[in-house]
Amino acid sequence: MSAVTTHHDAHGHEVPYEVQLRSNRLGLWLFCFSEVFLFLALLVARFYLWGNTRPELSQVLGLLTTSILLVSSFFMNRAETAIAHGDRKTFLNGLLITALLGTLFFVGVVVMEWNVFGLELELFGVEWFGHLRPTDGVFGGVFFAMTGMHALHVLSGIVFILIVWANGRKGHFSPERHWGVEACAIYWHYVDVVWVFFYPALYLIGHVA
Amino acid sequence: MKALWYFLTSSFTRGLIGQAIFTAIGMTFVNAIRSVMGLEANAEPGVVFGALLGVFGFLLGAGVLTDWIKWIFGKETPLRHGPPQGKPEWTRYLNVDYNHKVIGIQYGYTSLLVLLVGGLFALIFRIELAQPGMTLLTNDQYNTLFSAHGIVMITAMLLGVGAMVNYLVPLMIGAADMAFPRLNAFSYWVGIPAVVLILAGMVVGGWDTGWVGYAPLTFRAPLGVQLFLLGFYVNGFSSIAGSINLIVTVATMRAKGMTLFRMPIFVWAAIAAAIIQMTATQTVGVALLMNVTERAIGLSFFNPANGGDPLLYQHLFWFYSHPVVYLFILPGLGVISELLPVFSRKPLFGYKWIALSSLGIALVGFLVWAHHMFVAGLDNSLRIPFMISTLFVAVPTGVKFFSWVGTIWEGKISLETPMLFVLGAISVFLIGGVTGPILGTIPTDMHLHDTYWVVGHFHATMFGGFIFPFFAAIYYWYPKITGRMYKESLGKLHFWLMVPGFWVMSLGQMATGIMGMRRRIADYDPALGVQNIHVLITLAAFVIGWSVLIMVYNLVSSARSQELADPNPWRSRSPEWQIPSPVPEFNYDVPFEVVGDPYDYGLSGVAYIRMAPASGD
Ligand SMILES: [Cu+2]
Repeated sequence: MSAVTTHHDAHGHEVPYEVQLRSNRLGLWLFCFSEVFLFLALLVARFYLWGNTRPELSQVLGLLTTSILLVSSFFMNRAETAIAHGDRKTFLNGLLITALLGTLFFVGVVVMEWNVFGLELELFGVEWFGHLRPTDGVFGGVFFAMTGMHALHVLSGIVFILIVWANGRKGHFSPERHWGVEACAIYWHYVDVVWVFFYPALYLIGHVA
Repeated sequence: MKALWYFLTSSFTRGLIGQAIFTAIGMTFVNAIRSVMGLEANAEPGVVFGALLGVFGFLLGAGVLTDWIKWIFGKETPLRHGPPQGKPEWTRYLNVDYNHKVIGIQYGYTSLLVLLVGGLFALIFRIELAQPGMTLLTNDQYNTLFSAHGIVMITAMLLGVGAMVNYLVPLMIGAADMAFPRLNAFSYWVGIPAVVLILAGMVVGGWDTGWVGYAPLTFRAPLGVQLFLLGFYVNGFSSIAGSINLIVTVATMRAKGMTLFRMPIFVWAAIAAAIIQMTATQTVGVALLMNVTERAIGLSFFNPANGGDPLLYQHLFWFYSHPVVYLFILPGLGVISELLPVFSRKPLFGYKWIALSSLGIALVGFLVWAHHMFVAGLDNSLRIPFMISTLFVAVPTGVKFFSWVGTIWEGKISLETPMLFVLGAISVFLIGGVTGPILGTIPTDMHLHDTYWVVGHFHATMFGGFIFPFFAAIYYWYPKITGRMYKESLGKLHFWLMVPGFWVMSLGQMATGIMGMRRRIADYDPALGVQNIHVLITLAAFVIGWSVLIMVYNLVSSARSQELADPNPWRSRSPEWQIPSPVPEFNYDVPFEVVGDPYDYGLSGVAYIRMAPASGD
């Protein structure tokens, strides 16, 4: 049986770049829309289980990591604008700074807030390493689930940025064709915006139980 | 001998080997770290990590990720076209291929295989239920079998939707392929390790939670429940990637002149189903992951002992798992609407209403989930609204029934096998439809909840809404896919065994339910007086099983026949029937233009499409 008649004439069946670009953009936005439901489900769990309370967390640390992530979006935008104008140096530097700030955020969450290495440091009257454990009831469960899922997205975003950076250094991407950069930027901004909703839900809303 | 070699070197085999190796690596890695950190012995984190890494290993071994990995290193990878060089045609179906028709057929045969496995599970526990007392199975085996039957059949239906959507939609809208061919291959292949995980869960202790996996019952189940939850979760990747791909394809790659209300009606159904898949799958993913992590590493969400709430799991779970039945029945009902005009030689009655009712069902379907929780301790202020929204589902569904009746009305009906299955589907879906509101109404649901009434209702909706239309679609498009005709006599035999068999089974299930038979219990009190009906149900189940085997035989043996099928045996107006069968590699050698309405059967001088002359380039 031959369910697909074969012939090798691919000519004339290649999708034009503009059409593929339109598909890519729509596909990425639909992916973002799909992920809204992932993050919404986590927010639902937070309000269902915590209600009007929240665990005790370091406000300074939360504000600091949040600020770092927001600033990183600025550099991501700078990098994207730069490649659109053919400025490769600013483009590459912007990516590196974004990746660096993203890594700082990641360290802030995983090493300091989660305190995976069990450290302790008090400086300027602030405790720099968190005390909440994943097994601390629903506070621990929801906090680690939300920050963990978000940190996973940040981590994949950093990897994405570094891949774009490495290819950009090799001379890939042009002002006319840089879908990879655009996708990376949209993804990074998206992960940022998610945190804008997670941060108040975790650190600000409700009273400390 | 050569064939064996091709099989052993296929993506399928390489994937399985990759899965085994990476599972072992993942387990060893986690256990080594835990012992270095001096944590107490707990196999579960290693199993969970190993299972997830194993899925990655499968994809890596199968070669699904190869092109993307090359992209990471900045290499261009032109799409591979055509069959593998120097290998027979059939090897294409065991290897990673980017052609949407190949992927559609891969989905199709995998769906049928998984359907047979799930059906076999059912036959085994039906023997147990044929008489009171424990005769064949232990309680644990029974629990594992009915739980696996549920999730395996749901996987089979997901694959079946993938088969129809992948094969048909690009053809129907005049595209050469899906928008993202590599992602399309990923969507299919990631489903295989998911099935492997679920089946492996049956071996390592099984589980007794049903396919719903309610917490905190999952925390007491054997280890198998973890693999079940993870297999379920991994299936979600397939759903989400596939649905995004489909929506983008329809949005950007339609033929010239194909406005939204000139699309074949099946495309509307596929879009409505994809919207459900793209969104709701995420929430069940979160619920399943929470379940896995609460069990494996002690995060607290659902266990009341640690401040959790089991109702949260049910909310997140049913927010997906109610709509998911619409994700099955929408393409099924789409097939019914697609085929009725062809076999009645009349226009589809109320095209726009049918198209919009698909979206209507999808949207209303998001607002009804808590009707599964009427007796779970749901607040009264929530029960009434959910009852009302549930009953509201009958409106868009009723629109479809009226349209079908209107289409058949005074038509020139011909009763070939696909049409028989469509009519059988309508009859069965009607049974499922009218038994639904009784469950959606709180007082009657309190009586019938967790009885065999629910089992009967659910099977009627799934068979009427998906299985029968799926079989109709298989027979209908079989000559398109293979270029050969199936044997009509065997098709009719399949139908006349399966439809009466199903009526007996479904109505019997409902009858025992009213008499007090509880679902998910291996044994029952002879004093209930349900044993005779149980024997009937078991016999009917075997009739259904045999009839499906007849279909499989028909499909396989007819593919080998030398006689070629008529290029358009059903005199369809749809574009895919205007080109040779099997369809050429790139579908349409010359693009077509839509110049009329799709379902003007029986009217003269109205064309749907016009094959455009080749543009000179
Ligand atoms: Cu429901």
